Amino acid sequence: MRGRILFLGVLIVVACALPFLVSSYRTFQLTLVLVYAIALLGLNILTGYNGQISLGHGAFYALGAYCAAILIDKAGAPYWAVVPAAGGVCLVAGFLFGLPALRLEGLYLALATFALGVAMPQLLKYHHLEKWTGGVQGIVIAKPEAPFGIPLEADRWLYFFTLAVTLIMFVLGWNLLRGRIGRALVAIRDQHTASEAMGIHNALYKSLAFGVSAMFTGVAGALGALAVQFVAPDSFGVFLSIVFLVGIVVGGLASISGALYGALFIQFIPNIADEISKAAPWAIFGVFMIGFVYLMPTGVAGAIRLLLTRRRAQ
Amino acid sequence: MTLDAVILQVLAGLATGGIYASLALALVMIYHATHLVNFAQGEMAMFTTYIAWSLINAGMPYWPAFLLTVGIAFILGMFIERIVIRPVENAPVLGVVVVFIGLLVILNSVAGWIYTYTIKSFPSPFPRQPILGIHYISAHELGAIGVTLAVLALLYGFFRFTPLGLAMRAAAQNPESSRLVGIRVGWMLALGWGLAAAVGAVAGMMVAPVVYLDPNMMSGILLYAFAAALLGGIDSPGGAVLGGFAVGVLENLLGAFVIGNELKLAVALVLIVGVLLVKPSGLFGRVYVTRV
Repeated sequence: MRGRILFLGVLIVVACALPFLVSSYRTFQLTLVLVYAIALLGLNILTGYNGQISLGHGAFYALGAYCAAILIDKAGAPYWAVVPAAGGVCLVAGFLFGLPALRLEGLYLALATFALGVAMPQLLKYHHLEKWTGGVQGIVIAKPEAPFGIPLEADRWLYFFTLAVTLIMFVLGWNLLRGRIGRALVAIRDQHTASEAMGIHNALYKSLAFGVSAMFTGVAGALGALAVQFVAPDSFGVFLSIVFLVGIVVGGLASISGALYGALFIQFIPNIADEISKAAPWAIFGVFMIGFVYLMPTGVAGAIRLLLTRRRAQ
Repeated sequence: MTLDAVILQVLAGLATGGIYASLALALVMIYHATHLVNFAQGEMAMFTTYIAWSLINAGMPYWPAFLLTVGIAFILGMFIERIVIRPVENAPVLGVVVVFIGLLVILNSVAGWIYTYTIKSFPSPFPRQPILGIHYISAHELGAIGVTLAVLALLYGFFRFTPLGLAMRAAAQNPESSRLVGIRVGWMLALGWGLAAAVGAVAGMMVAPVVYLDPNMMSGILLYAFAAALLGGIDSPGGAVLGGFAVGVLENLLGAFVIGNELKLAVALVLIVGVLLVKPSGLFGRVYVTRV
């Protein structure tokens, strides 16, 4: 336990020091890593812990991003207020989508969420919503400046803002998953009937898991919109949802730290692979997805856990 | 909304419906054999359509290229089952879904890599002028419906009247007993995948002249095929075909008169979620009862 706290402390210190050691473009990329980590944690709560497969989480990310952008663009809301607002909207939306999803098991839920992911860009382009969403053009928002005259440039300030939100979300997620609720979620995943018999309200927990998962992803979407300064329908296609799926499979299903490994993977691998060809990142993603299912079903987090246990056993 | 316009939309809907029906049929074939929904079905069809494009561009006449592509698709489908799907046959659902999505992504990116993402036109084997003086429907649409129906008839004949078709049905229905009477169940599954890929290839080649060829051309069509398969009942081949035509007509009528073309994919989403909620077994599917 002490080792883990020490490790977390070192991690936070490194995370605070990093933006001063790298260029502001790299800082922007690191911000996106944090954003993806929150989104992946959200998807992992639903798919990893609760066993409900979602192939459409990009839709909730899009919803969060659009909430943030519309609130800033149309209502002039401050940037720090739009993040919880987006989370709240996505919590409700996820809960509502989770209600019909209760009747869908395994493959069928995957199908329904896949359809949601594919249809999302079209919904965002819908011309009756154009007044708010800006249609195909999307919305451009300004990058927030550091407050109180703190001498930090915008990219670095946003990184620290995102880091703070990430810490809050991870503490929330950790608290949620290590206790009674987390065990209930896992019980529902592993033994649906037995968990019901043990007094767990399956329907409530499953739709709540959907809501909370969407909330995490929505918060990530809002932060992502702030970082990229731009939202447009075509950046939230079904491939975004697939990227998230790649992230949790590579990072590790049903693992909190896995979200961070997954986020690093989906942010930096395409950068490296892009140099080969425009299509290469996706080919690599696909190969990694299949490869991890065959060879390392617990992902990077599982492999690290295994190594640590082996070392301790020696 | 005149009667003429309605007839026009219904006929156009039947033409696209035929394509949904073929792809839905491919999905049902794989579902029937393995109880898996193949998310990569659309990308498999897209990839084989690119192969047909290469063959035609290399100077091969249309119909030989068509047949050769169907053959290649068959072999490709068998390969995919043997190499990629076999190892996860008994894995949990999540693992299987991830493998399917991985396959989708790989096929999509490899097609983009080889053929680039620029949109290509694909030839239609049918004349440009409407045939038989019918002005409601183009020759390609009529031809596509004809090809779809021919494929259906062939498949029906194959499964109903040949020993191999019987063996495949047996393997899908009761693998253990089939194995005991000497049917090689594993190979039957591979054959099923091959057939599904071949049917998908036909659908791809029929739809490509309409939507043009690009690596992402199938995502919307796959969604409609899902809707069609679910509407008809995901384990009923006949239901999938009827579902395909119904969804095609519904899509065109709604698109033309009610909600406009912008929300066509949302229609598919509503259909999928609606069918799953109201009648998960579809119109013609079997209701499964499990004991807990």
